[in-house]
Amino acid sequence: MERLRSLLRPVTSVPLARHLIVALVALLVVMAVIGMSSQYLQTRYAEMAYFAIAAGGLTLLTGLSGQLSLGHGALMAVGAYAATLVLERTGGESLADVFVALLVAIGVCAVVGVVVGVPAARLHGPYIAGATLTLAVAVPRLANQWDVLGGEQGLQVPVPRASELPAWIQDLIWFFTAVEIDQYSFLAYLGWLLLALTFVALANLSRSRVGRRWRAVRDDDVSAELAGIHLGRARVVAFTVSAMCAGLAGGLMAMNVRLTAPGAFTITLSLTLLAAVVLGGLGSLTGALIGAGVLAFLPHFATDLGESFGLSATQAAEVTPVVYGLVLMLVILLAPAGIVGSLRPFLARLSATSALGSTKEKTT
Amino acid sequence: MQKPGEATPLFAVEGVSVRFGGVRALEDVSLEVAPHEVLGVIGPNGAGKTTLFNVVCGFVSPAEGELRLRGETIRDLRPHQLAGHGIARTLQGLGLFERMTVLDNVMVGADRLARAGFVRGLLGLGHRDDARLAAKARDVLGELGIESYATRYPGSLPYPIRKKVALARALVAEPELLLLDEPASGLSAEEMTELGEIITGLTERTAVMLVEHHMDLVMSVCHRITVLDFGRVIAAGTPDEIRNDPAVLAAYLGDQVEHDDLDAEVHAITVAEEA
Repeated sequence: MERLRSLLRPVTSVPLARHLIVALVALLVVMAVIGMSSQYLQTRYAEMAYFAIAAGGLTLLTGLSGQLSLGHGALMAVGAYAATLVLERTGGESLADVFVALLVAIGVCAVVGVVVGVPAARLHGPYIAGATLTLAVAVPRLANQWDVLGGEQGLQVPVPRASELPAWIQDLIWFFTAVEIDQYSFLAYLGWLLLALTFVALANLSRSRVGRRWRAVRDDDVSAELAGIHLGRARVVAFTVSAMCAGLAGGLMAMNVRLTAPGAFTITLSLTLLAAVVLGGLGSLTGALIGAGVLAFLPHFATDLGESFGLSATQAAEVTPVVYGLVLMLVILLAPAGIVGSLRPFLARLSATSALGSTKEKTT
Repeated sequence: MQKPGEATPLFAVEGVSVRFGGVRALEDVSLEVAPHEVLGVIGPNGAGKTTLFNVVCGFVSPAEGELRLRGETIRDLRPHQLAGHGIARTLQGLGLFERMTVLDNVMVGADRLARAGFVRGLLGLGHRDDARLAAKARDVLGELGIESYATRYPGSLPYPIRKKVALARALVAEPELLLLDEPASGLSAEEMTELGEIITGLTERTAVMLVEHHMDLVMSVCHRITVLDFGRVIAAGTPDEIRNDPAVLAAYLGDQVEHDDLDAEVHAITVAEEA
């Protein structure tokens, strides 16, 4: 074990290598799980992936750079509509169409992120929350009014058929999971692949000078400024990165839901995302993943729970918000730093003892 | 003690005036700092010492006057641009990044020396550059004898250590002019002696402007002293000259108010307003 650790040290000390290895291993495990899951669960995994991408961007913004956004649901809407409009024009049959649509979604959200981020960077605390809240309220209404965006009915989203995928992808998936790829598992695989890439990038940023600047601006803006950090620029970069994540998440959401309509992007979505981030632990990507998992899977469990207590299916569906609220309250009461945040001291103690063990090992 | 070079001042404040509403916080203040010199700025509460620092750092823009670094104006620079020009400052309230480790705190101070930008950060390729900054930060922590606290969070540290962290964060930027705002406040007599030695040692690499209340420290480490009262320079000279200046004795040394008392500060400002 000790030899393995020292052999791996050159690799694990490089953040990029470490993040890539963790992401790759996690991705392979998840793909195997997705392959074995039912269609219903595959859809839940896909949902978890795009929620996690949006939550990851949000936790970076709120936890690292200290800006509270109530508008990430709206940014997801921007991404969803952008991707939908592109897919409508290209037909959305091939894998290339999908990636072009997602890239456009990210690009449009980057622009929106800069436009919203520049004035928001001058605001603090409740004021930036208010400004982003405006976004959350305004965007669905705009979509409602514009005929190009399908009004209240929304737009149908064409999705690639699994049979149209390149043969090597079909073979690869079959090789790893022993199950033929279909439309549902394809979206789950795609979601988790992009989630892994996004989280590697976000983890890199968070560990880098960029993330250090964000933390400094969050903790003490005067000192950060004296250290030569342009406060506005640091905040706008954080907001833009976060908006790009929301755009990607929105694009994926559109493909999964197959309908892009204003009703899906109300203020509730923004608040739910924020709640997921707080639940997992602010500033932690693992926390964002856990929060997204709760978002995607809780309705499933809550409905089951309701039915096992003898409620009808429609009644049981109403249990979800109650359970979600209860979980959130419990976490805030028992683990104010979020799930990951509260586990962190414990994990730190664990790794400290193992590090102590390794130095002992070395000296003998 | 070395004699400051008279020929080229590193930094000069020329006829600076600052008004807050009707209050004249600074009135026609001029001073010069030579390379490797320690200049003390003293005066009773409300005399305008911190305002002067805020002007130098770009937090307050002067109504009149000029600031020059090596002869070039820096009057219109924004606060974040000063670090790049080799000016670093510690704050009276320290302003440590409480949710970052001591090492990270100091590495933020070294940010102006960093080369890895956004793209390298995104791709995770900035770790060499980061390791270089971390090594620099550890060097400075070691120099101040607090390297063992590198992985701790500032909130868990005693006040004198926190002050050293703040000093390390300013020093790691390799400034040519270091502004120290009340570095001795809250320190014991021994710690103050150590601080004096540290400041004297700093002159090998930087000039220091020192705002301080503790006269013993000021008199022992400063090459020259500028005395402010009611926003004006009432005296300037070597510690010996200042010690015997009648105007200073009247304005400052005779002043027996509790220096950390906010009421006294408010009182002084009210007096200034009436004057």
